[in-house]
Amino acid sequence: MRSLRTRLFAILLVTTGLLWLSATVWIFLSTRAEVERVLDARLMEAARMVNSLIVSPDMLKEEGDADANRLIQSATKIPLLEHPHYDRQLSCQIWSLDGTLIGKSDSAPDTTLAPHATGFSETVINGETWRVFAVENASLGVRVLVGDNLRIRDRLVNDMVKGLLLPALLIIPLLAVLIWLSVGRGLAPLRKLAGDLAAREASDLHAIEDLGTTREISPVLKSLNGLFARVAGAREREQNFIAFAAHELRTPLAGLKTQAQVALASDDGEIREKALGQIVAGVDRTGKLVRQLLDIASVGASESAEPAADCDVGEMLTALRTELVGQAHRVDVAIDAQLFGLRIGMDPNLFRLVARNLLENALNHSPPGATVSCSCKMEVDRLVFAIEDMGPGIPDEEMPHVTERFFRGRFKTAVGSGLGLSIVEQALDRTGAELELRNCQSGGLSARIVLPPSLVR
Amino acid sequence: MRVLIVEDDDILRDGLKVGLALAGFTTDAVGTCDAAATALAANGFDAIVLDLMLPDGSGMDILKDLRSGQNDTPVLLLTARDTVRDRVAGLDTGADDYLGKPFDLDEVAARLRALSRRSTGRATAALEWASLRLDPARRSVEQAGRPVQLSRREYSILHTLMAHPGLIFSKTKLEDRLYGWQEEIESNAVEVHIHHLRSKLGPGLIETVRGIGYRLGGAG
Repeated sequence: MRSLRTRLFAILLVTTGLLWLSATVWIFLSTRAEVERVLDARLMEAARMVNSLIVSPDMLKEEGDADANRLIQSATKIPLLEHPHYDRQLSCQIWSLDGTLIGKSDSAPDTTLAPHATGFSETVINGETWRVFAVENASLGVRVLVGDNLRIRDRLVNDMVKGLLLPALLIIPLLAVLIWLSVGRGLAPLRKLAGDLAAREASDLHAIEDLGTTREISPVLKSLNGLFARVAGAREREQNFIAFAAHELRTPLAGLKTQAQVALASDDGEIREKALGQIVAGVDRTGKLVRQLLDIASVGASESAEPAADCDVGEMLTALRTELVGQAHRVDVAIDAQLFGLRIGMDPNLFRLVARNLLENALNHSPPGATVSCSCKMEVDRLVFAIEDMGPGIPDEEMPHVTERFFRGRFKTAVGSGLGLSIVEQALDRTGAELELRNCQSGGLSARIVLPPSLVR
Repeated sequence: MRVLIVEDDDILRDGLKVGLALAGFTTDAVGTCDAAATALAANGFDAIVLDLMLPDGSGMDILKDLRSGQNDTPVLLLTARDTVRDRVAGLDTGADDYLGKPFDLDEVAARLRALSRRSTGRATAALEWASLRLDPARRSVEQAGRPVQLSRREYSILHTLMAHPGLIFSKTKLEDRLYGWQEEIESNAVEVHIHHLRSKLGPGLIETVRGIGYRLGGAG
């Protein structure tokens, strides 16, 4: 795992180093050029001075070599730096135009420093490179050559550049340390966040407080808190599911046991008969619960999305009406004539499951004498098949939860299990249709199955 | 002993109401939080059997309201969730006991008797007064070691008086203990039952405090 700190450190160090390197190269080049310009100017100055001091060639001849040498010595002693390294840096020769050496400084070689007449040149003499400036004095018949030994000149330039670069070199490790520390400090909020998260218990799903963290970390924090909220929500739903499931499964058993004990304990025939009747009703209800649990399992297990056969909605509903309304419901079921002959591409078993659960809900919630109506209509390109009842509907605050397993709302019936709508939704999910629940304006619930055109035959 | 049953499942509620009545309790049963609140506001109960998951809210809310109103009627929670966490939450909210579904009817009755006993500050199950001994678990009454046969109503009145010796109970208060809502109260019923009790157990046992009500008397 790569460390962000190391990565940032490397990036910063490389970029800073590159900047530092180019600045150094620039300083080196410009310093050298400047020093050379200054030294060249000194060379030229010295040559011209020597030249101007020679009044006549006779002066040189009469007063002899000694005079000429004294002259040269004084001209070349212009101190550049008060430093032993740079002593005798300049060398001077005075040649007559016919090629005799009239005079020279101590450090100058015996051979000619430059073959040319005037201006700058570089020559190699005895392995040493010289930078030479020549001035020709035609009226006196002499040529003055003033030269710099390049070895000494390079040393001067190098010493100067070294003096500039040394502090810069010393700065590098300091810079590295500073960058390392700054990066560490800059990353402190991240480290704190990591520490906070590591210190958390698995069950702690509270949002992390955003106390003035940096703008870059805020989005991470927000996403993390979002995730925490979702996980907490999922966990709560799971807890609710377990609670509802336990309640719905254990309460009927408790009822059966209590009624059985009442029947056993009572000598009164009437009480015993009533208790046995309750047991029968309780077994019916528990049987329905078991059937629905098996339905859930079978809907979850059915694999083929492609129906084996189409089903006729009208016929299916008629069969269900015969089966369900016989069971003590004093409610009428009206089936729209349009539904007969309406064929949809849904597995008949799944559709039967859906229609049965919706119809059962409608019947169970209808007051005696009411009518449950089944109808269909086109909405844009979708076919909507609706079952409407005249019951109490579903309170708005319960709407989001009604398809949760084992959820039973305020208007629950004695025979419900809280599984019906969950089964319906699960079954429709497999076919591509959708369940819509709406409270009718006149009261009652409208359970709508919205079929995409691909399912309508 | 009058018990309020709050349970939303019809079959279980009916079973508890009838079953606990058979065990000697006067029972009232409701199925929602709202109905429970109404019942609690209207009557005094000796104990409450409370289901946690109700259609219009949680039994826990009823319990909280009850305790915040300084009502310390013993509460027995009935619930399908019986993990340790649920039990702790229930007991910490102010419940006195806890039973997971499905339960045994006899156990509910026994626990209710225990709760009522503890709420009146007694440790032993049987009630004693002079030579009289009343065992709530067996619903039996003995006088000087000899069993006495009492009707359900007579037993209830005697139980109420013996559970609170020295306290004076008005006629309406005794009627409350005797009858659930659906039952019709016969006029003079309490006087008739007291009369029968006196004839079975001796005239001095139940004193009439004129204008106020009845209490246990000195002579057994």
